[in-house]
Amino acid sequence: MARTFSLTAVMAVVAASTAATLTACSAIGSSDEPSSGGNGTVTLVTHDSFGLSDGLLDSFTEKTGLTVKVVQPGDAGTLVNQLVLTKSAPLGDLVYGIDNSFASRAIDEGVVQSYVSKVPAAKDAAQYAVDGSDALTAIDDGDVCINVDHAWFTAHQLAEPVTLEDLTKPEYKDLTVVPNAVTSSPGLAFLLATIGAFGEDGYLQYWNDLKANGLQVADGWTDAYETDFSGGGGGGPRPIVLSYSSSPPFTVPEGGTEPTTGALLDTCFRQVEYAGVLTGAANPTGAEKLLDFLLSDDVQADIPDSMYMYPVSSAAELPAEWASWAPLATDPFEVPPADIATNRADWLKQWSATVIG
Amino acid sequence: MTLHMEDVVVRYGAATAVDHVSLAVQTGEVVALLGPSGCGKSSLLRAVAGLEPLVGGSVSWDGSSLAGVPVHRRGFGLLFQDGQLFAHRSVSGNVGYGLPRGASVDALLELVGLAGFGDRSVTTLSGGERQRVALARALAPQPRLLLLDEPLSALDRTLRERLAVDLRAALVSTETTALFVTHDHDEAFAVADRVGVMSGGRLLQVAAPAELWRSPVSREVASFLGYEAFVPVGAAAAAPLREALGSRSVADATIALAEGAFVVGRAGAAKGTVTGVASRRGRSEVRVEVDGIGAVTALGPVGGRWAQGDVVELGVEPDALAVLPL
Amino acid sequence: MTTTLARPTTTAPAAPSGRARVVAFWTLAVAVPLAFLAVFFVWPVTVMVGKGFVVDGHLDLSGFADVFTQARTWRIIGLTIAQASLGTAISVLLGVPGAYVLYRHAFRGRGVLRALVTVPFVLPTVVVGVAFRSLLVDGGPLGFLHLDGTLAAIVSALVFFNYAVVVRAVGGLWERLDPRAEQAARALGASPWKAFRTVTLPQLAPAIASAASLTFLFCATAFGTVLILGGLQFGTIETEIWIQTTQFLDLRAAAVLSVVQLVVVAGVLVVAGRARSRRERALDLSEPALAVRVLSWRRPPGMPPGDGHALSLVAAGVTGVVVLLIATPLVNLVVRSLQTPRGWGLDNYTALGTTGGSLTVTVWQAALNSLRIALDATTIALVVGGLVALVVSRRPRRASARRAVTGLDALFMLPLGVSAVTVGFGFLLSMHHPFGLPVDLRTSPLLVPIAQAVVAVPLVVRTVLPVLRAIDPRLREVSATLGASPFRVLRTVDLSLSLRALGLAIGFAFAASLGEFGATSFLARPDRPTLPVVIFRLIGRPGPENYGMALAASVVLAVLTTLIVATCERLRTTGSGGDW
Repeated sequence: MARTFSLTAVMAVVAASTAATLTACSAIGSSDEPSSGGNGTVTLVTHDSFGLSDGLLDSFTEKTGLTVKVVQPGDAGTLVNQLVLTKSAPLGDLVYGIDNSFASRAIDEGVVQSYVSKVPAAKDAAQYAVDGSDALTAIDDGDVCINVDHAWFTAHQLAEPVTLEDLTKPEYKDLTVVPNAVTSSPGLAFLLATIGAFGEDGYLQYWNDLKANGLQVADGWTDAYETDFSGGGGGGPRPIVLSYSSSPPFTVPEGGTEPTTGALLDTCFRQVEYAGVLTGAANPTGAEKLLDFLLSDDVQADIPDSMYMYPVSSAAELPAEWASWAPLATDPFEVPPADIATNRADWLKQWSATVIG
Repeated sequence: MTLHMEDVVVRYGAATAVDHVSLAVQTGEVVALLGPSGCGKSSLLRAVAGLEPLVGGSVSWDGSSLAGVPVHRRGFGLLFQDGQLFAHRSVSGNVGYGLPRGASVDALLELVGLAGFGDRSVTTLSGGERQRVALARALAPQPRLLLLDEPLSALDRTLRERLAVDLRAALVSTETTALFVTHDHDEAFAVADRVGVMSGGRLLQVAAPAELWRSPVSREVASFLGYEAFVPVGAAAAAPLREALGSRSVADATIALAEGAFVVGRAGAAKGTVTGVASRRGRSEVRVEVDGIGAVTALGPVGGRWAQGDVVELGVEPDALAVLPL
Repeated sequence: MTTTLARPTTTAPAAPSGRARVVAFWTLAVAVPLAFLAVFFVWPVTVMVGKGFVVDGHLDLSGFADVFTQARTWRIIGLTIAQASLGTAISVLLGVPGAYVLYRHAFRGRGVLRALVTVPFVLPTVVVGVAFRSLLVDGGPLGFLHLDGTLAAIVSALVFFNYAVVVRAVGGLWERLDPRAEQAARALGASPWKAFRTVTLPQLAPAIASAASLTFLFCATAFGTVLILGGLQFGTIETEIWIQTTQFLDLRAAAVLSVVQLVVVAGVLVVAGRARSRRERALDLSEPALAVRVLSWRRPPGMPPGDGHALSLVAAGVTGVVVLLIATPLVNLVVRSLQTPRGWGLDNYTALGTTGGSLTVTVWQAALNSLRIALDATTIALVVGGLVALVVSRRPRRASARRAVTGLDALFMLPLGVSAVTVGFGFLLSMHHPFGLPVDLRTSPLLVPIAQAVVAVPLVVRTVLPVLRAIDPRLREVSATLGASPFRVLRTVDLSLSLRALGLAIGFAFAASLGEFGATSFLARPDRPTLPVVIFRLIGRPGPENYGMALAASVVLAVLTTLIVATCERLRTTGSGGDW
């Protein structure tokens, strides 16, 4: 009896899964994806962090008649390399999410083609134009900065650090955690900040000093912020962490009015995210429309809430908490994109050899 | 030196497999436990080996209890129905398992008729050869008691009969004390000095084969031994049987008839109606219906011919009769 | 013993037309899986690796010299082998007692424990990494061990993920081993420990070898675990391929490392295959119930001391500690998923019905996507893996054919041992208009379940194969002499006897594809994110709400997995399972 029963049961499972595959239950069977490249579709290639509030992309479809298909082949760092590899047969029409550390490589490899947007916000975007090219249009920006846990420093009656140099001082020994520059995009941004601050000749010495002062290197931002940082969700042991200028508002306690953490605005590197029409796009005009849409007031105003970056458009209003607790640095460290493209691999290898060993 | 089982009880959950059994085995003696499957004989054997915990009673050797002695310190050998050879070891690797490293197994292989098989892989052996290896392996450490659990049941009939003889010879020549479990009474009689009949967890009777055959203590034991018809001594139909038994006949008893208690064609002591005929090893087995006794199997001469419904004369064979207490 | 004709094509007393159909069937049975593997694994990997070796149309192997002259390369190879070997050895050392306790003993809550130890296997590494590190970090509950950022932390995480692989593979066989072989040894004077060592352990060897090779492959290709818990100083071939490909786009170095990885993996497979086939013999298997003891702290009345109770207790003690260690990060996960900015509550779980502001779908929709994709992946894996197992289970008479069959077995294990980055990027390079077909498979929803199926196929094969191999070939012959056509033999003998193992395979394939993140994360997947992808996105965002949602979603994934695994346990309660 038992045998017959489970025989039937297994048969049923097999039959059900087969049937399901053939019908709407399965992913293949229920395919309603419009095929790529049709006139009615525009394909956006972007990174894992992309997202817009509900209904925003639908409003684009209403206005233009174009359906947006979103393709997300990996994180921000992986994105450009994937585009380079698929240059001859692009994955879509428009790319969004190339940051300034990868911008030059994307342009040099010819992944994106010229387009100058005519929407009003394009003027604001122009401040971040990559020298000698109009293939990439800035959409949003943000600062990667050292964050500190106010509560910890108050409790330990220690003055908070202010500058990058402060982090190498003995009173801050064993207090700092940063994400790995090789495996994490904010980690790379911070490496670039130190190169901007101390120059190609000085940054390794700085990192040596940091290391000697008990620096902890975590794998990624999540790990550093949620596990090691005392002000994050995990309540870790270290009160100094590399994060974003936009992080403090998220630490306003329930019922409180002020965040328990703050960003050190003299330690920042500016990250800019660009969009560009892919060379060989099946629907270049659709891509241009979508890029314009990304610069529209609606999307620009949505960016802080959905992607935690600052809109490039001066017309877009920041959320109230951001306005109070998350200002951008007035004078962030800079490294020209072209220099980054040329030296990125070397810098990372030197950094890795120095810090990781 | 003796094995003593005293009031042994074995349970599996709520079910009682062995129900207050007492039995002793003398040195050099081979005792068979006979019974249908599920009668508790294997459980009793496993309890003696130390593989099943006792719920009640005791098992002792030479007067000292085995309660605190684990399986491997009891010095009892164990032989299973399907041999349970170690597939990853060669024939000599199996036989030598219980011996000190490097000890020779040649004599043992010779004893079981497998001289020269030492380097063979056990997976290449036939069923009979596998059991011989298992026997050699079990005998190798010279166990003070050998426990055999249906060791021949998996083999075919002719092989079984031949191996039963070989087994008896091996046990006797090594002077091994043995407890032997089987459901086949021919096998039990061929191998054992004494046979115990078990049913429903109880030990019904223990006796030497001939005695057991002649005087089963109950109808249940007789039925299991192969007696197929029973008739009260005083019944009218029992008259020719009383006569054949002569002095063995007692009042207030039951006479049990085994196959061949009647012989077709001998001086007619009774009459029976033929219901069917079969041939076994040349002799004829005639199913006959005898008034007042019922259906029995009579033996007939080679080449006899009977048709269904024939009425035949039947003689009586006293060796196929047993007298049971009422 | 009977010598049997292994290939049905030669045993079948079929009419010429029937024989043609049989030949056609076996040709298909070999061709379909091979074609699947060739198109969706070999080709993408070849294209990707080839890109590193072909510069301007010329073969350039100078990468080997460059890579091998760096001391770092050798350190990475050494670390890979060290981590995988340690992870495998410890998983086996702990997993064997675990199998003994969980599959040879009966006690209350056994089913729950069996399912519990399987949960880590499918949890996203990011989540486990965070859960693990928050325990190990200075000031964390286990901070006093000072394991954070050490090799020991990585190895324990590898064991955490792979413990179930060993427990299930070994336990599945152990619960059906006839206990009488061990009893025979005991009666010959062997102590419980000696009987285990000399009789039971050799019987378990094929299952242990099989589990160890799977574990080694999983350990050698672990990626997130290594990076989160150890960082780059413990980088392995896998993490190095990831860095060289995604960060430096140094395809030459990546290709060299891919070849190195392939060599290491193939070497391990060959060794494991040898160990398996040398040990693989028909075993006397029994119904599980016969071999199971009740687990109790006190020695059962009537059981003498020195009769193995101490072994049971030691195994139970070891397993108890391991289960506790496995449960700790899981409990940590659940606890943190219940923490909200306002104190304790189910807010994170209520939020699963929303898009969390800017996800493209709600978490429940993502869970549904996961289930649907896993269903497709399972179906594909079952068809392909089932055919492979069927072919590999035959033992042809010609030595060359036998070698071919063994090779096929190893070939289908390779996807577990090759970097997900290489496969994922290979897909991008090769799936645009494959074979000139006018479809762009790279962005097709088909590719995700296919990529997951490639990984699930080896699990199906390892589960079903031992059962098919254990079928006495005489059964097939009897069936054929009774007039059954070769197809009816397949259906009534092979299929019906392996049904329960198939049920188990369904469960594992399902669970594996439910948790699959490696290859999937590099695919240009259209926007129908799976649960692990959504968890990954959520955990990368700032704010306690997102983090809490990610943890709650992980708990949902764990519960889904547990349910599926537990259902499979039921399907196989009395029948023969596989060696996985």
